[in-house]
Amino acid sequence: MTNMIVIAELSKGSIHASTAELVTAAHAFGGEPTLVVPCTDASIADSVKSLSGISKIIAVKSDVFDGNDSSGWASALDSALPSGTILCLATTRSKDVAARLAARRNISVVQDVIRIDGTNLTSPIYSGKANQTVSVSGEAVVTVRANVFDSAGNGGNCDVSVVDASGDVKTAVQEIMQRASTRLDVSEANIVISGGRGMGSPANFVHLEAVADTIGAAVGASRAAVDTWAEIPHSMQVGQTGKTVNPNLYIAVGISGAIQHLAGMRSSKYIVAINKDADAAIFQHADYGIVATWEEALPVFQEALSAMLG
Amino acid sequence: MPTIVVLVKQVPDTNAKIMVQGDRVDLSSVKMVMSPYDEFAIETAIRHKEATDGTVTALTIGGPGSEKILKDAKAIGVDNIVRVWDDSWSDLDSNALQSILSETIQGLGATVVYCGKSAADTGAGSTGPGLAERLGWGNASNVIGAEFTDSVTVSMPVESGVAKINVALPAVISCDKGDFKVRKPNVKGIMMAKKAKVELMSATAPSSSINISSHSMPPAKPAGKTFEGGASASQVAQLLRDEANVL
Repeated sequence: MTNMIVIAELSKGSIHASTAELVTAAHAFGGEPTLVVPCTDASIADSVKSLSGISKIIAVKSDVFDGNDSSGWASALDSALPSGTILCLATTRSKDVAARLAARRNISVVQDVIRIDGTNLTSPIYSGKANQTVSVSGEAVVTVRANVFDSAGNGGNCDVSVVDASGDVKTAVQEIMQRASTRLDVSEANIVISGGRGMGSPANFVHLEAVADTIGAAVGASRAAVDTWAEIPHSMQVGQTGKTVNPNLYIAVGISGAIQHLAGMRSSKYIVAINKDADAAIFQHADYGIVATWEEALPVFQEALSAMLG
Repeated sequence: MPTIVVLVKQVPDTNAKIMVQGDRVDLSSVKMVMSPYDEFAIETAIRHKEATDGTVTALTIGGPGSEKILKDAKAIGVDNIVRVWDDSWSDLDSNALQSILSETIQGLGATVVYCGKSAADTGAGSTGPGLAERLGWGNASNVIGAEFTDSVTVSMPVESGVAKINVALPAVISCDKGDFKVRKPNVKGIMMAKKAKVELMSATAPSSSINISSHSMPPAKPAGKTFEGGASASQVAQLLRDEANVL
């Protein structure tokens, strides 16, 4: 069994809660991990000192972690990491860094893992239409999907050792155009409400936004909606050629359930479908189906949610 | 003048139903196509050529069956098409794939490599960044737009919005669906592609340490509850809180 190393996931400068899921994943693979915290300020590592089931914490301090350059991230991490099997969260940035770390060490990377049984790792392929299980011999870099493993508990008390590192940054940010909307991105939300062509017009997405604001959801769309209406950007698209999501709750409104769309959201924990066509394929995948037009169902839904959560 | 390489991969049509026979995916009756994001990589590569001159070579790793997507790339407008293969290869892991690509791309003397942000089969997205690391190059992923000078300035989403990032060449750039139309092959292009010759190359591949042990269908969900009429939405809201516990 190789050393296990977990790389903490950073989100807006602090440690993302899913890091505790990676510790559980490391134990499923075969051992107590070293937790590595990439940071510009080592004090952020204090928030994970009490995690159970980790053998030590290394805070790797470098300016590169303030940016997005994956070469910088990978080279700084590589210099500070012992050899072993490395686990990180399957986010856009970490998947890039994982691929680079693996290439740097001439080992392989397995992305988007949803099940670990010793050295057998399962990931969705064809955007979740099937699963693939691989066996790993020796060291590898593994990215694990969020929301799949239980979080490790608290009750530990680990010391933090701090290592300074420098990285080889190869790209330069010129400017960042701030996101016009402050809405959550579908890939990072715990609840997603998506609209399809059944919404009738892009203007009607305001009704989805109203529900989203009540329950803290992100707003998504089907490919049909994105392709039909220029006002609905591709960044909202959930599906095989858009984003793959696995929130706790996915609400599909006016979406028929094309195979392309199902591929991007079928792993959601709970699925609600609102569609006027009782034969729509989406109902076969829904935990709760409502056969009604969105005009009938959404105002009632919105009012009930407001009353419950208001 | 840049030597531009674009990586393409043959995958099952994204509208196809995937079946597992025994413990392997059965693709025998599935239509195979170019991975959708590769079309944006080809478009970006051709725009790079148009802005700076140079040549575009489309490259794939695969058996003879994968020549179709190379011909498709030729019909869209790439200059050269290359297939890399050795009959001893099967189930190449990321280390093996990237070693092959790295060797081939060095041999072609590439200054920039474009690829899709991920292929529609594995969805892994490892090839762009992994290849860049092996070559000692920079990379950018999920690129939605690009401007070309002696470097490439890409637009890509980051945590706080969309960033414009300057990528010095040589580099590997992985393309998402951009805010632009991709060109489609015209009749002349299709005729030329028919006659085009696929250059066959080979490379050395390290043995794989990741081996596919099985494929399976995702477990079916138990049947859900269906309600008639919009008024039932309040009941569903209650169930989401009290039964599913997700609110």
